[in-house]
Amino acid sequence: MSIIIKDLHAKIGDAEILKGVNLEIPKGEVHAIMGVNGSGKSTLSKVIAGHEDYEVTSGSIEMDGQDILEMDVDERSREGVFLAFQYPMEIPGVSNANFIRAALNARLPEGEELDAVAYYKNLYSKMDGLEMDRKFTARAVNEGFSGGEKKRNEILQMAMLEPKYCILDETDSGLDIDALKIVSRGVNSLRTEDRGFLIITHYQRLLNYIKPDVVHVMYDGQIIKSGGPELALELEEQGYDHLIPATA
Amino acid sequence: MQTLEMPSITSQEPLKLADAPEWFQTLQNLAWETYQNTPAPTRKKETWRFGDLKQLNLDNFIPASEIDAGDIELELNGLEEASAQFIFANDATVHAESDLPEGVICLPLEDALQEHSTLIHQHLLKQEVKLGSEKYAALHAANLSNGLFVYVPKGVEIEKPIEAYHIVAGDNATIFPHTLIITEDNAKVSVVDYFISAKTGQQTNTSEVCYADDADETHLVLAMNDLVAANGSQLNYVTVQNLNLTSKVIQIGSTTVDRDARAKSFVLNVGASWARNESYSTLAGNGAHSDMLSLNIPTGEQQYDQRTFQHHAAPHTYSDLLYKNALYGKAKTTFSGLIAVDEGAHYTDAYQTCRNLLMEDTTEANSMPGLQINADQVKCSHGSTASAISDEEIFYLQARGIQPKAARQLIARGFCVQVIERLENEQLQNLVLNYLDEKFSSIS
Repeated sequence: MSIIIKDLHAKIGDAEILKGVNLEIPKGEVHAIMGVNGSGKSTLSKVIAGHEDYEVTSGSIEMDGQDILEMDVDERSREGVFLAFQYPMEIPGVSNANFIRAALNARLPEGEELDAVAYYKNLYSKMDGLEMDRKFTARAVNEGFSGGEKKRNEILQMAMLEPKYCILDETDSGLDIDALKIVSRGVNSLRTEDRGFLIITHYQRLLNYIKPDVVHVMYDGQIIKSGGPELALELEEQGYDHLIPATA
Repeated sequence: MQTLEMPSITSQEPLKLADAPEWFQTLQNLAWETYQNTPAPTRKKETWRFGDLKQLNLDNFIPASEIDAGDIELELNGLEEASAQFIFANDATVHAESDLPEGVICLPLEDALQEHSTLIHQHLLKQEVKLGSEKYAALHAANLSNGLFVYVPKGVEIEKPIEAYHIVAGDNATIFPHTLIITEDNAKVSVVDYFISAKTGQQTNTSEVCYADDADETHLVLAMNDLVAANGSQLNYVTVQNLNLTSKVIQIGSTTVDRDARAKSFVLNVGASWARNESYSTLAGNGAHSDMLSLNIPTGEQQYDQRTFQHHAAPHTYSDLLYKNALYGKAKTTFSGLIAVDEGAHYTDAYQTCRNLLMEDTTEANSMPGLQINADQVKCSHGSTASAISDEEIFYLQARGIQPKAARQLIARGFCVQVIERLENEQLQNLVLNYLDEKFSSIS
């Protein structure tokens, strides 16, 4: 059981961003992708989630044997893909509690509704784990939230939706060390044998708190190197330059 | 009995209210003259810029005739708990029920005219109509026969809102409801007016009511309200306009807010083919506060035309206007608002915001904000926006598993909820939310 990405090419407009990505994320493992700005890390996360701005020109993405490239964004989510956004959107006038409930209701058969009491019990317990004040249930989604609050809110949604595969797109950017610890703890609490993670980051720092099983280096739209957790430390010390293939 | 062709409201002098006080008869005679002598608005008038003048051809409309309450098909969707409830059908009182503190006067206007003539004379139609519908205000006054009168004496606070249904039935029928609310010093009240179309039916020998025709009748509502908030009082007034989709409404409102008083008006438009709202708020005393709110969800071919005026006539006054339109189909909205700060009305804060959410690219939203400041130390802002939901917003919701259509509704509802929250009263908020959700459920 895994997400298997084979020779994935994708472009936005005329610009090819992904140039043959190969990657397998099995359930129960945490994979990290590191790389410089513009290497295609965030694009890969959006292509897995199904963003319509990106056109997949060749290659495949399968999730547990299903071709997800054929699915709409919302269908992929309901099937178990979760993308924690680098820049979560604000939704004025829609309370956080109603938003998450709408997302959960979308997973139920037509006509069925969540049990409100059980829902709030679950929501509160997940919020407590992320040290989120109860007032965040009534506040409009991400509106007026600090950077750290927005990221915690992403992890809260992830915890509530119980996805099979979680993709975290630079969740650590803009977080101070306390927020980073809380967010990491939230992620770690969701690590199970039934769930795979793809963590996209610039910085090794996050990986001190969320220990990856495999680290990949992305450059110019391809995975150029994969290794164990020690690869992240190597990158921290030596930078990316020594890995970049010399151009002819 | 022979049926006579009903005369048009535009050509036939209205029938007089029996036993009306003399001043009222004079007022009505003058109003009819004014109506006849006032030219219809033209394209050149600033107050009708972007307006649809052909809507003002009212020749087909006739005064609503008396109907039997049992002959109308209707479902009332109102407050969970009201301190008073009135139902007017074609301007006749068919239901009146109240449980109010002593000293409060809350009556159908036809009765109040008999019993509280002096009080009504003091306040009825005292504010000049300036926002374009002078002619139709005169027509309203000439035909005025009923409505709601609320008088809350000094220091009395009414917690549960008062509600009044104004129902119109019969093809081309016109009603002329009037609402007059007076809060004396430090009094408090909330009032809800509903404008609703009903179908007329004929009683058969069984208990079933038969309806001649399934097509909607066309109705016209020419409504006015006078809101008078004395020192330190709080007056909340909500209009729910849910006429059928072939009907029209002109609503002209004036609010006078005295020292340290707080008035809040809220207009919800979900029905009618064409609605024109004119709302004039005068901040007459130091520290007066006026909130002017409106939420409009036009769909199909519906058109809403709204004109507002925030008149700061005293120093240290505060007004805050928020009008929001969520437009679908080929809907069209027009908003024109003016903030005027008189000489001497220093330390005034005045805000005006009109936001349009264009749910389809076939919609049209016009906004014309304006400022006129003749005082110092004034904080004023006005702004209007028109935008569609962005693809990135939809992507975010879809990435949580919410289908695109539901995502758009959730965002649109949130957009609307932001005005409703400003009511700061749970009962009123729930009421408006119900109408909002009913409207949304009709949008496919």
